[in-house]
Amino acid sequence: MANSAVGVIFSNIQDKNIPELSARRAIASVPFAGRYRLIDFALSNLVNAGITAVGIVTKNNYQSLIDHLGSGKDWDLARKDGGIILLPPYSNETDAPYTNRLEALKGITDFLRHRNEEYVVLCDGETVARLDVSDIVRFHEESQADITLVYHECHCTPSRYYMTVETDGDSRVTAVKINPKLGAGKEKLYINVMVVHREYLLNIIQNAVQSGFSSFGRDILSKNVDTMRIFGYRFDGYYAGMASLAAYFKANMEMLDKNVRDELFGARDIYTKVRDSAPSKYIEGAVVKNSLISDGCIIEGTVENSILFRGVKVGRGSVVRNSVLMQDTVIGALVKLDCVITDKNAVIRDGRQLCGCEELPYFVSKGKML
Amino acid sequence: MQRKKECVAMLLAGGQGSRLYALTNNIAKPAVAFGAKYRIIDFPLSNCVNSGIDTVGVLTQYEPLELNEYIGNGQPWDLDRSFGGVHILSPYQAKKKSSWYEGTANAIFQNMGFMKKYNPDYVLILSGDHIYKMNYAKMLRAHIETGAACTVAAIEVLPEEASRFGILNVNEDGSIYQFEEKPKRPKSNLASMGIYVFSADKLYKYLEEDDRDPNSEKDFGKNVLPAMLGAGEKMFSYRFEGYWKDVGTIPALWQSNMDLLGAEPAFDVGDASWKIHSRNPLAPPEYISETGKVDDSMVALGCEISGSVRRSVLSSNVTVEEGAIVSDSVIMSSAVIKKGAKIYYSVIDENVTVEENATVGAPKENAVGITVLGRNITVAKGASVPSGEIVDKDYKGE
Repeated sequence: MANSAVGVIFSNIQDKNIPELSARRAIASVPFAGRYRLIDFALSNLVNAGITAVGIVTKNNYQSLIDHLGSGKDWDLARKDGGIILLPPYSNETDAPYTNRLEALKGITDFLRHRNEEYVVLCDGETVARLDVSDIVRFHEESQADITLVYHECHCTPSRYYMTVETDGDSRVTAVKINPKLGAGKEKLYINVMVVHREYLLNIIQNAVQSGFSSFGRDILSKNVDTMRIFGYRFDGYYAGMASLAAYFKANMEMLDKNVRDELFGARDIYTKVRDSAPSKYIEGAVVKNSLISDGCIIEGTVENSILFRGVKVGRGSVVRNSVLMQDTVIGALVKLDCVITDKNAVIRDGRQLCGCEELPYFVSKGKML
Repeated sequence: MQRKKECVAMLLAGGQGSRLYALTNNIAKPAVAFGAKYRIIDFPLSNCVNSGIDTVGVLTQYEPLELNEYIGNGQPWDLDRSFGGVHILSPYQAKKKSSWYEGTANAIFQNMGFMKKYNPDYVLILSGDHIYKMNYAKMLRAHIETGAACTVAAIEVLPEEASRFGILNVNEDGSIYQFEEKPKRPKSNLASMGIYVFSADKLYKYLEEDDRDPNSEKDFGKNVLPAMLGAGEKMFSYRFEGYWKDVGTIPALWQSNMDLLGAEPAFDVGDASWKIHSRNPLAPPEYISETGKVDDSMVALGCEISGSVRRSVLSSNVTVEEGAIVSDSVIMSSAVIKKGAKIYYSVIDENVTVEENATVGAPKENAVGITVLGRNITVAKGASVPSGEIVDKDYKGE
């Protein structure tokens, strides 16, 4: 497996799902679960399958992503051959940067052509799941598939753009639907992870360019289920999609479930950038219940059902409930928060009370002082 | 032009640390865990990089395996440099003779080749058994300004403890006129911190002389420094004020861990202007459950806490189950404290399992001393380890 596949991660195809968080960063670099960025899950899944070359497709606002990835050493991807290869868009006077997946793929044909791995594993940077990529590639080989789509059976939350599949008894995909109407039942939701032969992918891209296609899902997958061997790999584990700010909030809260944590973090490592923060400190009188606390926090108040990222401070007499506080958020004294998401470096001054609800968490943007 | 480094640091990390008993059965003292996520050696290494010194030789001898693995290529400290960086220097076999390091001075003498490769103007000698934050660049500047052959870092200690240290007797300008190694009646309370800056040529000269002296114990404090003073070399003290703790004993190690706690700690490892770099655990954030209680404590990543933790320091991936109590204790990584177990006033090494309803130690106010559990052991269900006990095998007794 080790050198038979190259990874490709799309870092901002889904930016528009959570404009609040991706206004100034690619969705793949949105902080998640206390000390991670969303892309850490896709990257770690690839690395844990022995993949040593990962192209990262970027478009705009990728400073935060570059800062996070650095040389790739934290994922063991600082390598002479392969490692992390950032793929910013080409653009000139006639060609604007890509607006869809197909154009994004067109932009990385040189990268795909120059690799020598047999397969390409394509992932979106915000998919949170512990996927056994080796097993997916094995499945792809054994089914002699042209394309393997990974799906998860669930009651889907509709997002801006989503795809469902139908499969037959042999796991062959018989239909691919774009933004279908959702009934009460479960759907086989495509979770934006795909395996394809590298040469085959290059052919698809070339044909698509010649035919003037614009959508990978609509023009290629859904129209060719009869002619292409498209297979569905069923993933039954924990999956969190980032369809909206509410979905992001819900997924963070799901990390408080021990079973979810054990599945995501237990068996194999999830790698992330290291910050050398001091361990967290609980000052006398602090009360912390059912919460995840990352390193570098200093807690003097009460924290319940919440996720605290690195370096968060909660002042004396403050009560933080059902909230997600990102890196270096400072909560003053006697503050009350319920269902709040604060982006990095937010400051909530003494005595403030902020309250949202699960469907509509109150959002405090990056660096804002309230 | 020959490439060179202005200053090379040599870190003496060969110490056994026998007064840490079970904690150093299989690892060298500098590799002992400290402050929930650190090892003792993180402090001098971080001080080096924060002071702009990027070439460090680490001299190991006693049980070096874990220390070597921990340091690796030096990447966590940004010491994976193509010229310079961190290098492990173990005793080696040479054509004419080969020997273990016989004393601090002999260890440095045997690695003259390493130092000379970088053609340094100054050599900084450090030891790997103290917890402190110090800007060595300031000391180096003082050394250059006074034009000394050797500068010795010094700190004022309590007069009643002075006889445990190497004492410096100094003139008003800070120049040293006398060394006294652990004097019975100390003339001053200015103690040597075991941190020296040497002008490189002087260091080479006196190390060579020391090596030829059959009566020498090959020790900096006992032999080399007095010899230099005797020969009339200019030697200066460099005053250090701030937190500096030898963690070579169990009570000192425990106390130094406790010094990290509180909103205004005696020693702050969270100081963003002087980061302590270390290898970071790969673990999710710590989780405090509905039944968990954490008060006046420091907790590292990956811990799962459902019991009660008070005035304690917990390293990564420690589990404290429901109904368990951890109080006034230092717990190193991956320990499991099962349901209803009680840990009082103890230091517990890595991978220890304390089974259900077992008791370790006694509440601090009634304790005889600190209880110590060595690495990888299990305390049986319902068993009770008496206060002050040092245990390095599975414990089944009542």
